Amino acid sequence: MPPSRNNIASIVTLIVDYDAGNLASVKRACQQVGLAAEFCADPDRLRHAERVIFPGVGAAGSAMVSVKERGLDEALREVISNGCPVLGICLGMQISLDHSEENDTSTLGLIEGNVTRFRMDRPDLKVPHMGWNEVTVRQHHPVLAGIVPGDEFYFVHGYYPTPKDQSAVLATTNYEGDFACAIGKASYVGTQFHPEKSGRVGLRLLSNFAKWDGQC
Amino acid sequence: MLSKRVIACLDVRDGHLAKSVKFVNTQNIGDPVEKAHEYYIDGLDELVFYDITASSDKRNIMLDVVEAVASQVFIPLSVGGGVRSVGDATDLRLAGAEKINVNSAAVKRPELIDECSSAIGNQNVVLSMDIRKVEKSHEIPSGYEIVINGGRSPMGLDALAWALEGEKRGAGELVINSIDADGTKDGYEIGLTSMISQAVRIPVIASGGAGLPEHLYEVLTQGHADAALVASMVHYGDYRVSELKSYLHRQGLKMRMSW
Repeated sequence: MPPSRNNIASIVTLIVDYDAGNLASVKRACQQVGLAAEFCADPDRLRHAERVIFPGVGAAGSAMVSVKERGLDEALREVISNGCPVLGICLGMQISLDHSEENDTSTLGLIEGNVTRFRMDRPDLKVPHMGWNEVTVRQHHPVLAGIVPGDEFYFVHGYYPTPKDQSAVLATTNYEGDFACAIGKASYVGTQFHPEKSGRVGLRLLSNFAKWDGQC
Repeated sequence: MLSKRVIACLDVRDGHLAKSVKFVNTQNIGDPVEKAHEYYIDGLDELVFYDITASSDKRNIMLDVVEAVASQVFIPLSVGGGVRSVGDATDLRLAGAEKINVNSAAVKRPELIDECSSAIGNQNVVLSMDIRKVEKSHEIPSGYEIVINGGRSPMGLDALAWALEGEKRGAGELVINSIDADGTKDGYEIGLTSMISQAVRIPVIASGGAGLPEHLYEVLTQGHADAALVASMVHYGDYRVSELKSYLHRQGLKMRMSW
């Protein structure tokens, strides 16, 4: 029997498991903010989810193969069209766009746009972009509530999202120029940084997500 | 722009915190889980655990320590010491380590770097190098040699050549540990750190010799390091992590000042 939407305490957050890196740190951070979380690789269960985190590290090509093989792509589209709050993290966010330059991969197309590689034409900039960097909120969003200028998050990535529609850009970070580090549309929100590794501000974001009803 | 990182290194032996001076006379100085949490709350940017447990039958204690830390410390956690295989790396990752440090075993069998980076991703593989200064020679043109076994065994391997090979094989980051400077509190080996930092395109963590805040500033500027590793200067309460970061920030370095 699916859990009742009226009972918040019964909501379990599903962390989508598609063999894309270590998901345990995401689960631990969820527990820290009081979010009951379970791993899920079953598309039928995902379809009926009430809250979803789509994490991931690794390469876009193999990630998409794994997502499709398990039928998780259709389940994700369905759950998002139902208005279920979904949080993508890092690679899990990148594959929400149309296309990634990484392995020249067609991705889910939940948000219009592409994923681009840092050009590496400045010798002083190392790729991957790894470490703590400042996040500037560009658009008010419930999941980003309480993030103030000067707050930094932890990043590890060589590619970044370039949404076609600027209204999808929720926050930016400066590395090789400004890039979108948080994107969103309807009940979907995705971050390039790792909230689960970003100390107090990261936990704050997860806690915001835990309370979010999927409305902007 | 990325912030410079302050990383605390906790040497753990049989589940307890230890600190070495020039890699000998290790002394027990407390509970690693407690220390890790204390530094996290005080603004630490990243944590490294080094397992210096001698007997292999006690290795599982380390997995428990990592697990306990990972459930209360939400910053990148790196673990090393005795990683000999992808299996060792995977066990530590499952326990909650983000990054895996490889050292001696990679010197003996460099393919370990390739194997780990394809299994857990380049960005999670840290090549940690123990280095001592020697006379420049045909074998060691940079004048810096790789040593293993806690500094006891010179390997006839040039440190700069090894750093470049490590990068090529898929290491995502390097720890440059000067065993000459380790535990002295006289400052990092600036020449060595700068030489390697400028030769590679991956981040470099300077290690060994920190005693004063000025030493961190020096290695993050002249030494071109991306991160500075500290141990005894914070373990014994001489300085707080937040104090070091505030100092570096006041000196004009970009630091993460909100936590």
